[in-house]
Amino acid sequence: MPDGVAAATVRKRPNWVPYALLAPGLLWLVVFFVLPTLSLASQSLQTGDVYNGYSLTWHVQTYVDALSTYWPQLLRSLMYAGLATLLTLLLGYPLAWFVAHRSGRWKNVLLVLVIAPFYTSFLIRTLAWQTILGDQGLLTSLLDRLHLTWALHGFESFLGAVGLGSGSQLLYSPFAVICGLTYNFLPFMVLPLYANIERLDLRLTEAASDLYASPVQAFRRVIWPLSLPGVVGGTLLTFIPATGDYINSVLLGSAKTTMIGQVIDAQFLRVLDYPLAAALSFILMVVIIVLVMSYVRRAGTEELL
Amino acid sequence: MAWIRRHLVVIIGLLVMGYILLPNLVVIAYSFNRPRGHLNIQWSRFSFDAWTNPCGTPGICSSVGLSLKIGLIASIVATILGTMVAFALGRHRFRGRSLTNLLIFMPMATPEVVMGSSLLTLFIAMGIPSGQMTILIAHIMFCVSFVVVTVKARVASLDPKLEEAAADLYASPAQAFWRVTLPLVAPGIAAGALLAFSLSFDDYIITNFNASPTSVTFPMFIWGAAQRGVPVQVNVIGSVMFLGAVGIVGFAQIVGARRKREVA
Repeated sequence: MPDGVAAATVRKRPNWVPYALLAPGLLWLVVFFVLPTLSLASQSLQTGDVYNGYSLTWHVQTYVDALSTYWPQLLRSLMYAGLATLLTLLLGYPLAWFVAHRSGRWKNVLLVLVIAPFYTSFLIRTLAWQTILGDQGLLTSLLDRLHLTWALHGFESFLGAVGLGSGSQLLYSPFAVICGLTYNFLPFMVLPLYANIERLDLRLTEAASDLYASPVQAFRRVIWPLSLPGVVGGTLLTFIPATGDYINSVLLGSAKTTMIGQVIDAQFLRVLDYPLAAALSFILMVVIIVLVMSYVRRAGTEELL
Repeated sequence: MAWIRRHLVVIIGLLVMGYILLPNLVVIAYSFNRPRGHLNIQWSRFSFDAWTNPCGTPGICSSVGLSLKIGLIASIVATILGTMVAFALGRHRFRGRSLTNLLIFMPMATPEVVMGSSLLTLFIAMGIPSGQMTILIAHIMFCVSFVVVTVKARVASLDPKLEEAAADLYASPAQAFWRVTLPLVAPGIAAGALLAFSLSFDDYIITNFNASPTSVTFPMFIWGAAQRGVPVQVNVIGSVMFLGAVGIVGFAQIVGARRKREVA
């Protein structure tokens, strides 16, 4: 580095410095993220078996087999993740608003409490939902004691009617899986929303109502467009990991709630059909990239309007 | 009715807070349970058994030890690599910035199951056996991006005039960096390191793809135990983690608030 006063300003630093700073981190990502992605693509086009080895034969048929066999699990994953993302938005938005503008001196305490579960084990917290939703678990015993079992049965038949129930119980149903996903990824939605909503100038709503906007109009036309960056960030941080997740569907679901991650896990680690597993994994990645890009583009143009 | 409408956002907010905290409260409560069978789902009797004997289940404490070890090494390495990248992005102009941003963003936008399985194919192709080393490599990989994002925010909020002021007072660039810039960025680095540690300590999916039967981390132990009934000790460790996290984050908030008041 050149010595002297001028070196402290940003522009006059020698231009190899940023590359030296970037090199180790980016090298790590290239070798252990980019290269594995290529290796995954290559594996999906190979034929052979674990014992005799694989060779690259550009066998595209694997993709056809993967999709024709496992499209229900893929579709289900996208649907569960989509529903969970919608629910985290519905629950997270009021919470973020409450923490940002209505919590007064409790703001820091509430922020700690929103983040704290995030620092404890994902698996343990998911298992706690077994305790809550289980057949003789907390919820059923509580409702039983309050003589509200009829409400539970009503809710269960409602879930059955919309295709999210399992017939006889709350746990091990699509409802339980979506409930777990929503719970687990809620902080990922709340934090970007909070960062955005906290900076909103509330006088804008006053201005809107001065201009004869109803509260609903003020929200739809003023507040919501301004919070879109937070909404987009939160939905991405929730939807992407939720689609690939299978912890919730294994611990809280049944054979009828199998998600795509479970299939990839089983094909890789138990069935040892590497090409099929790699093809499924690659399909999942491409589907998510396409969805995310079209979503960001759409949200971006809406923001401009 | 008007009262409800005026406080609707507070009521919903508190209910959602309850939804967020309920499982943690259940974990703490059931750490004092003495279940009748091996399933810790039904409340049976109050007991301190698990708390006085947290290592009482075979394999549990060695798995926690391995997770702590991997979490510590992974978060240190990821913090160093990520902080360097964050400084390059926040402080320098260079060609290839958008490519760098894309490379940092991609691991955060890829589902864990895809990253875990693609790393596995690489390790298989290269003939590297799974174990602690492969877990560590994977954890550093997915932690780096989160450190970069956390530290970059802090670097970007820094006033470059402070470094110029240090230079005006005859500090060498190295002195200005170590005595002015780094202390100011330190909270961001600490937050990034803490995030990296918790991501590593908690990871199941990527770890599962790159572990061997002899390298069992704490999440893998829980997963294995979940098939036959999770021992109460798992709740004890979960409770300690939750209360510890609330303590650390709460303490940091209080110190931060006090410092802010002193400055003001």
